[in-house]
Amino acid sequence: MTGVPLSWFLILSAVLFSLGVAGFLIRRSVLTVFMSIELMLNAVNLSFVAFSYQLKQVNGHLFTFFVMVVAAAEAALGLAIILAVFRNRGTLQVDEVNSMKN
Amino acid sequence: MLHLWLIPAFPLAGFLANGLVGRRASKAAVNLIAIGSVVLSLLWVLKTLAALGPLEHTHIERYFTWFQSGDLRVGFDLAVDRLTAVMLLVVTSVGLLIHIYAIGYMSHEGGYYRFFAYFNLFMFFMLLLVMAANFLLMFVGWEGVGLCSYLLIGFYFLRHSATTAGNKAFIVNRIGDYGFTLAVFLIFLGFGSLDFETVFAAAAGRPVETSAGALTLIGLLLLAGAAGKSAQIPLYVWLPDAMEGPTPVSALIHAATMVTAGVYMIARCAPLYTRAPLALDVVALVGLATAVLAAIIGLAQTDIKKVFAYSTVSQLGYMFLGLGSGAYSAGIFHLVTHAFFKALLFLGAGSVIHALSGEQDLRRMGGLRKHTPVTFVTILCAAVAIAGVPPFSGFHSKDAILLAAHHHAPWMYWAGVATAGLTAFYVFRAVFLAFFGTYRGPHHPHESPAVMTLPLAALALLSLAGGYFNVPRWLEPMFPPAEGAHDALLVYISVAAAAAGISLAWLMYVARPGLADRLAGRLGWLYRLVYNKFFVDEIYDRALVRPCVEGSSAVLWRGVDAGLIDGAVNQVGMKARDAGSVLRLIQSGSIRSYAAWVLWGSVLALAALVLSRGAR
Repeated sequence: MTGVPLSWFLILSAVLFSLGVAGFLIRRSVLTVFMSIELMLNAVNLSFVAFSYQLKQVNGHLFTFFVMVVAAAEAALGLAIILAVFRNRGTLQVDEVNSMKN
Repeated sequence: MLHLWLIPAFPLAGFLANGLVGRRASKAAVNLIAIGSVVLSLLWVLKTLAALGPLEHTHIERYFTWFQSGDLRVGFDLAVDRLTAVMLLVVTSVGLLIHIYAIGYMSHEGGYYRFFAYFNLFMFFMLLLVMAANFLLMFVGWEGVGLCSYLLIGFYFLRHSATTAGNKAFIVNRIGDYGFTLAVFLIFLGFGSLDFETVFAAAAGRPVETSAGALTLIGLLLLAGAAGKSAQIPLYVWLPDAMEGPTPVSALIHAATMVTAGVYMIARCAPLYTRAPLALDVVALVGLATAVLAAIIGLAQTDIKKVFAYSTVSQLGYMFLGLGSGAYSAGIFHLVTHAFFKALLFLGAGSVIHALSGEQDLRRMGGLRKHTPVTFVTILCAAVAIAGVPPFSGFHSKDAILLAAHHHAPWMYWAGVATAGLTAFYVFRAVFLAFFGTYRGPHHPHESPAVMTLPLAALALLSLAGGYFNVPRWLEPMFPPAEGAHDALLVYISVAAAAAGISLAWLMYVARPGLADRLAGRLGWLYRLVYNKFFVDEIYDRALVRPCVEGSSAVLWRGVDAGLIDGAVNQVGMKARDAGSVLRLIQSGSIRSYAAWVLWGSVLALAALVLSRGAR
């Protein structure tokens, strides 16, 4: 170990994840919500890699790659949906996209 | 094999033919099927009896097993012995005459084919009843005739009183049948079989019960069934109301045949009753009380059919008195002669009603002997027969019963003699009111057609001469004659009572026409009591019917059904809805609120995890 203890990585990961959660809950814009989700995924990636490095195992890296692939696919799909919504509704505020309700 | 099954099968075929296609058939075709089936049935009875000869032993034909369950095997078995032979002859011959009469009587009525279909169905069930060789098959016939009785009482189903009378007959009979059913269960419990042959052979080996025992209980329960069907106290109330049906129905079902099924059943079960003298005493008491009460009520009725209806109840009471005195053959003898003269009385009354375009009130008749001479003469034959004037049929059978009653208990004889006097009085009162004096109604009376008067004439012959069919002698091998000398004095007394009744009726309704009304006025409350039938219907209504109906509607309907059952279902539904209306708030449809729930849930899970770690 180079001197940076595991707990620091985990604390950073927890902080990033909490920021992602807070952003997901608080922000109204779909794009910001989307970025918050990416933030949460990457916080999890960070903890995976940290553990993997700590335990000298490759599993964490593998998971990270999977998560990155899923995140890329999700970003492509999500942005396409956001574009379609914006074209139809002219807004990106999540609270206003509620025509399925009632 | 003599193919006994053909006897009931003919009327059943007639019922099916008329019931299924009679609506589109002509009246002639309906008549041919209905009358033809009964004629065939009668001919087959005669052929069978001729082939069987003196019938020293019961002739049984076993066709197939109806059902089997454990030790219980019930077969579709028919049997003919001397008792059944008597019943078969009475049912088919009187039935045929009444069928023929009905052609004329029903000619102007709607539902012609329906009437004859029911009539044939009745014949089928009645023949099944008297030929059945076990209790359960007998019960099938028993219920079947009850069904036909219900259908035919309510024949004019547009008239409310007719449908309620049908319901009354059906429900009152159910009460009696409940007793019959229990008796059948007890018989199976006690004897392990329902076959008449097996049960009676086993019963013959049992000692006579001096105190109440199993046989006494069976006897009393069977009596309950017989009291329902044969209109005895306390279940007689349905029979007078049953007069709502067409008059041929009253004659065939409610006078000659079906109502005597109870008498037949008790005579059939004589091997049980002879070993249960207590039950037999109850039979005699019930019969005597019914005979007296119904005869008194009959004194003051103004509807000609009601007079004869109460007369039927009273005469059935006589038969029960005979059975209860141990003289089963006398009871059956009276059943036979009663079938002749009471069918004739009803058919004669029907002829009068027909002549007067539906008028049944004796107070609006009078002087009809000039207008309807044939009816008058035939009804007179029936009247002398029922009154017990020697040497006509009723004299012989009533005499046999009264002698047996005297042998059994002298006071019963005296009560019976008094009833005989009352009988003579009320029958001749009806005859005098209808046929003597001057006509008091608005119609133009006319004699009935030959198709109605010929059966009347045939029945008149049977009523006059029926006493010379020596039924007790014929039944001797089955029912040994009661010992006791034939006391001529007792016979003279009963004849004198009849003569007194007839002369009193002559005095009150022909010689001094105003006397009856003055007497009724003098005995105001007593007359009203009798006129209103001792208020028995009203008492039953207050004491039984209304508590039952109101209790059902208050407790069973509003309490149990609406309150408990519906209430429970409604409460479950309402609670589910309430819970849902709370849980619904979670399903807001907003993604972020779900995410918040996830957050709080994970916070809670983490906190629980941390706390439990800390606790350990």
